[in-house]
Amino acid sequence: MDVKLRVWRQNGPSGDGAFKEYDAKGISPEASFLEMLDIVNEELTAAGVEPIAFDHDCREGICGTCGLMINGQPHGPQQGTATCQLHMRKFADGDTIVIEPWRAAAFPVVQDLVVDRSAFDRIIEAGGYISVATGAAPDANLTRVPRDAAEASMDVAACIGCGACVASCPNSAAQLFTAAKMAHLNLLPQGQPERFDRALAMVDVMEEFFGSCTNHGECETACPKGISIDYIAHMNRDYVRAQRANVRLAGQR
Amino acid sequence: MAITLDSKVPAGDIADKWNNHRFSIKLVNPANKRKYKVIVVGTGLAGASAAASLAELGYEVEAFTYHDSPRRAHSIAAQGGINAAKNYTNDGDSIRRLFYDTVKGGDYRSREANVYRLAEVSNEIIDQATAQGVPFARDYGGLLDNRSFGGAQVSRTFYARGQTGQQLLLGAYQALARQVGTGNVKMHVRTEMLDVVVHEGRAAGIVTRDLVTGEVKSHSAHAVVLATGGYGNVYYLSTLAMACNATAIWRAHLKGALFANPCFTQIHPTCIPASDEFQSKLTLMSESLRNDGRIWVPESSEDGRSADQIPESERDYYLERAYPSFGNLVPRDVASRAAMRMIDAERGVGPLRNGVYLDFADAISRLGRDTIEARYGNLFEMYERITDENPYEVPMRIYPAPHYTMGGLWVDYNLMTTVPGLYSIGEANFSDHGANRLGASALMQGLADGYFVLPYTIGDYLADFLNVPPVPTDHEAFTEAEQAVSDKTRRFLETKGTRSVDWFHRELGKIMIEHCGMARSRPGLEKALSEIPALREEFRADVRVLGDSAGLNQALENAGRVSDFFELAELMCQDALDREESAGGHFRLEHQTPEGEAQRDDIGFSHVSAWEWRGPGVAALKHREQLAFEYVELAQRSYK
Repeated sequence: MDVKLRVWRQNGPSGDGAFKEYDAKGISPEASFLEMLDIVNEELTAAGVEPIAFDHDCREGICGTCGLMINGQPHGPQQGTATCQLHMRKFADGDTIVIEPWRAAAFPVVQDLVVDRSAFDRIIEAGGYISVATGAAPDANLTRVPRDAAEASMDVAACIGCGACVASCPNSAAQLFTAAKMAHLNLLPQGQPERFDRALAMVDVMEEFFGSCTNHGECETACPKGISIDYIAHMNRDYVRAQRANVRLAGQR
Repeated sequence: MAITLDSKVPAGDIADKWNNHRFSIKLVNPANKRKYKVIVVGTGLAGASAAASLAELGYEVEAFTYHDSPRRAHSIAAQGGINAAKNYTNDGDSIRRLFYDTVKGGDYRSREANVYRLAEVSNEIIDQATAQGVPFARDYGGLLDNRSFGGAQVSRTFYARGQTGQQLLLGAYQALARQVGTGNVKMHVRTEMLDVVVHEGRAAGIVTRDLVTGEVKSHSAHAVVLATGGYGNVYYLSTLAMACNATAIWRAHLKGALFANPCFTQIHPTCIPASDEFQSKLTLMSESLRNDGRIWVPESSEDGRSADQIPESERDYYLERAYPSFGNLVPRDVASRAAMRMIDAERGVGPLRNGVYLDFADAISRLGRDTIEARYGNLFEMYERITDENPYEVPMRIYPAPHYTMGGLWVDYNLMTTVPGLYSIGEANFSDHGANRLGASALMQGLADGYFVLPYTIGDYLADFLNVPPVPTDHEAFTEAEQAVSDKTRRFLETKGTRSVDWFHRELGKIMIEHCGMARSRPGLEKALSEIPALREEFRADVRVLGDSAGLNQALENAGRVSDFFELAELMCQDALDREESAGGHFRLEHQTPEGEAQRDDIGFSHVSAWEWRGPGVAALKHREQLAFEYVELAQRSYK
């Protein structure tokens, strides 16, 4: 199949960006989207044009490194699918495909389609962990975790930190990411002692970088792991309750 | 350079060695730990757990990754689980049994004392990870659940759906993030290590390139830890992430660290077969699928029918037939070679006849679709996204693909390489898996090294350097290394040839998979050893890297990595040629039993081959570490 690409090219963080058009010809529908870009890059290199820079690594949809805005949709048209797992069979011969980087003030462009998502790391560093030094852990089966709680925690722990939620949001809010990371720990018995401190610390840092949530719900649709916006309510509730000193001292719901 | 390989395995009964060793090695007083600086390169399971644990102890730690965040390391892709000898299932497991299974699974080419220690600390890893909030699967009573994995007859594998690697990495990453947040770890992202600096015979630091600005910079420390993973991407098509590379360990090798057993590579039996020439990587389907999936091919190579049209009587469940007691759960090397034999006999399935079936129809009718979905739902979805086939209705097609490398930098019992002060942990070292790694043991080893071994053993080395400052980075040892790195980078840009870096990588991969992959032979390896240097020379003369070194340049990064793969590939073939036996993942066609199983030579090759670099174009020099088996009796592995 043949497709036409309109790709955002930007030389460095301070460079002026612009769309450039490229033809991708004779692409197999079995090729992944990134393999299509590999082929285009090989052709650009042969023609003496610098290849398109894009982030990617595992190509199994788990590392969260890749992330392209494809025809205005984060990770493209297939729901529940990271860019690297998207295949060309989801497009039609002759399509024009517009490819942009994630666009958010907190994610400055590094080069072409590569952005800097280190603001996510700042949120985790603020409190997205359980404080347990190596060696200090009790036997793993000492504390039972209700199966439903473990499953719900797993649902949100599936977040791959790709940033699609931010890219999809008109406010560039990181509520879904932060809520997922917080709920992963706050749903578990192990996470209770720091639950409310965690809620305050993570939300405060989140707000230094990102916009506010106004319930558009785009993030849930864009999330390649299908994480529910219900957890944003969960986060807000913990944040509000964290203001009350007696709740925080008790460390329990 | 005179090198004597001293494994430093402590004396005493195997069950007491680690305990005695921890008592006898030197300690660093808690108040003095902050006077030591340690560099950790790589932030996967081994690196992140080591950096976090060392910082918790009080050491000043600098951590480096070429990713944009430590959470992206390829440990994240491990699906199936992590082994531990908890015996929560009451099925007869013990430290002794995990040790035994791992030595046997490694086809008797690993160091007993290391493996025993690995089994000993396995339980602490589960405790640690659970306390960190890793959402392991649980039963209805809220206790931890287990499943079984290849090469074991007990259920000892802990798992978090099909993403155990991601969840364990997030645990280690969060522990690391806590230390970064409190300022105990200085984190360098998008920073690639390009050289180890050795001064007066000791590791003094590293030279890095900032992948965003292109700046080449030195960092000094009292000790350097390499946790940079395996080298399976030498094959180009593998289950590894695209950026996985051997550059850190290879450049350490050039600086004097011996490289052990490079030919011990693992081909994983359950990956999605390649669909075309442009394929950029192969996707793993977790080994855990073999718990409920049955592997088969049609009896007849002429059979062109679809799977559902082939009656039971005309199917060959070849693993269940040949290995009745382990069945579909034989170790990876055995399963991979059996699949290869089926394809070679032209009994493969799929459009390119390059796969075998992994069929869940029986499990779905026995347990119900919901149960199978709960166990493997995300894997089934992944399979469908890639192949456009629904594995609930049509059997999966699978084929082996390069996955893990048991070989790596030689380390002693303290995990120190032959360069004093330079450590190697996780997949980057050679220590625990012998000639074949069992499923769910990579996560165990990476975390064992990082959480529970290195934090103790590194103190024994550091204790001697109290109040000795690190070598300053303006010392000529550093400035010369920086210059060499800059020169090498510039040469790729100045070559201005005609072919892309990827083209050379693909061609190298084809040579390696054909001649140094699942089956090796003397003529094949000799052919590879003549083809690789020729291709390498062509690479030097004809590679095309556009742009400059002053900013993000992904082709330039890759050029350095592929350049190192060329040298490593030669060493792998040299090692494979030298090892005149078959063991685990190293299968020499000349050495097989009448049934086609690996035929070891315990008299000639019960040793670790540790190779010394002697310069470009000069054959590496082999050193031996003799392996003694005192607690596990050497035997022909049998999974029948």
